Amino acid sequence: MIEFVMPSLGADMADGTLVEWLKKPGDQVKRGDIIATVETQKGLIDIEVFDEGTIEKLMIAEDTKVPVGTLMALINPEKTIEPQKAIPVVAEEPVIQPTEEKAIPPFVTEHIQVKASPLAKKIAAENNIDLSQIMGSGENGAITRKDIEGAIEQGKLVQEKERSSIVAEPIKEQNISNTLRSAVAAAMSRSNREIPHYFLEKKIDLEKALAWMHEKNKVLPVQKRLLPVALLIKAVASSLKQVPELNAIWDTDLQLKTEINIGFVVSLRNGGIIVPAIHAADLKSVDEIMENLNDIIPRARALRLRSSELSDSTVTITSIGDGGADLVYGIIYPPQVAIIGFGSISEQAFAENGLLGVRPMVRVSLAGDHRASDGLSGSRFLVTLNNHLQNPEAL
Amino acid sequence: MIKEELEKNIFQLLKKIAPETEPSELSPTENIREALGIDSYDFLQFIIALDEKLKIEIPEQDYGKITSLNSLTDYLINKPK
Repeated sequence: MIEFVMPSLGADMADGTLVEWLKKPGDQVKRGDIIATVETQKGLIDIEVFDEGTIEKLMIAEDTKVPVGTLMALINPEKTIEPQKAIPVVAEEPVIQPTEEKAIPPFVTEHIQVKASPLAKKIAAENNIDLSQIMGSGENGAITRKDIEGAIEQGKLVQEKERSSIVAEPIKEQNISNTLRSAVAAAMSRSNREIPHYFLEKKIDLEKALAWMHEKNKVLPVQKRLLPVALLIKAVASSLKQVPELNAIWDTDLQLKTEINIGFVVSLRNGGIIVPAIHAADLKSVDEIMENLNDIIPRARALRLRSSELSDSTVTITSIGDGGADLVYGIIYPPQVAIIGFGSISEQAFAENGLLGVRPMVRVSLAGDHRASDGLSGSRFLVTLNNHLQNPEAL
Repeated sequence: MIKEELEKNIFQLLKKIAPETEPSELSPTENIREALGIDSYDFLQFIIALDEKLKIEIPEQDYGKITSLNSLTDYLINKPK
């Protein structure tokens, strides 16, 4: 039996509150399926499962605060039979009883015979209405078109109410902002306490990289246009392949990571930051990284990320963006061992081969964990990064 | 499209991107991105939204021509579709 435990979503997280189970005993799951949503300091997180099998038992009730590492569910890896056959196992009741109204929905809903007119069935299907949830007003309780239309109206009302209640609760947003602040505070304090940082800096000429990007953007539809940061992320990922000691974690000793998952710092409009991972960035094209950013940035800002996006980063990038500070020195996010900082891109005087010119420049910093690597590795990384950015078409 | 109507559309789109700000209080010549704290990612979303709503595509090399409310509305009014 596989034990599914509450995953850690970063060094700064001690627990989360189980909001909802999205799977029930008897359901088959595979790697990457979302099993539950958990409320954390970083918002409502979709928790993914990393094994294949059938849910045997749910151990925790909804609305329960769950410390990281707590057993949440049992997954039977051998069961690959149809879900219907798995139902008789109907696991004993969860150890902790879920609250009444949130009890796991019955498995048999779909099999209940409901009487409804063909027209009612058609309208229900078109509007995703579950007939078993409707009280029919027709003969012998049969569901009529009127019942369905009533249900649709009611659905709209409920949605509207939910929407207005969200607007009416600014306090909650304030709370999240506060808890997010404490999460950042905890991680950064730990970093400052435990990690002996060393810092290096390099100025990089982006003329070729930006010219390449502008050419691409001329032919791309506006929705797919690239931002410089997509190139920078790709160049960092490629460089890390050549300096692997910076793509690692420190846990009493250095543990190199084979996957290059780049944590990208997203700042929230109301303050605070959140750092979702761009998985396997070295294997993605610049366009794919941009696509990934288009998906992940809005979800990060809405605090709707998946657990793997919060826990898998192997290194971090922070980028100041246009018009901001010239340089940023990052603080390493433990247990990672490096953070790369990009200042804002601006035109600067640049000397090359005895000639002076004006170029779009960026100042890049590297903060490394001195327990894990030395300045020489860091310097090699920045030189490699520069080389990659001088050959953008090869990225 | 008349200027007032255009501005109304612009305010709506900006409000969606920066909900805690009041775009209608922008002065005509101030830098929109600086005033509302819009980063390059959000600015691109604004360009996409303009394209979708007004069917006006703004090429990247013209980003420098649309920094303030005045310059943006002039640009949109005068740009051949």
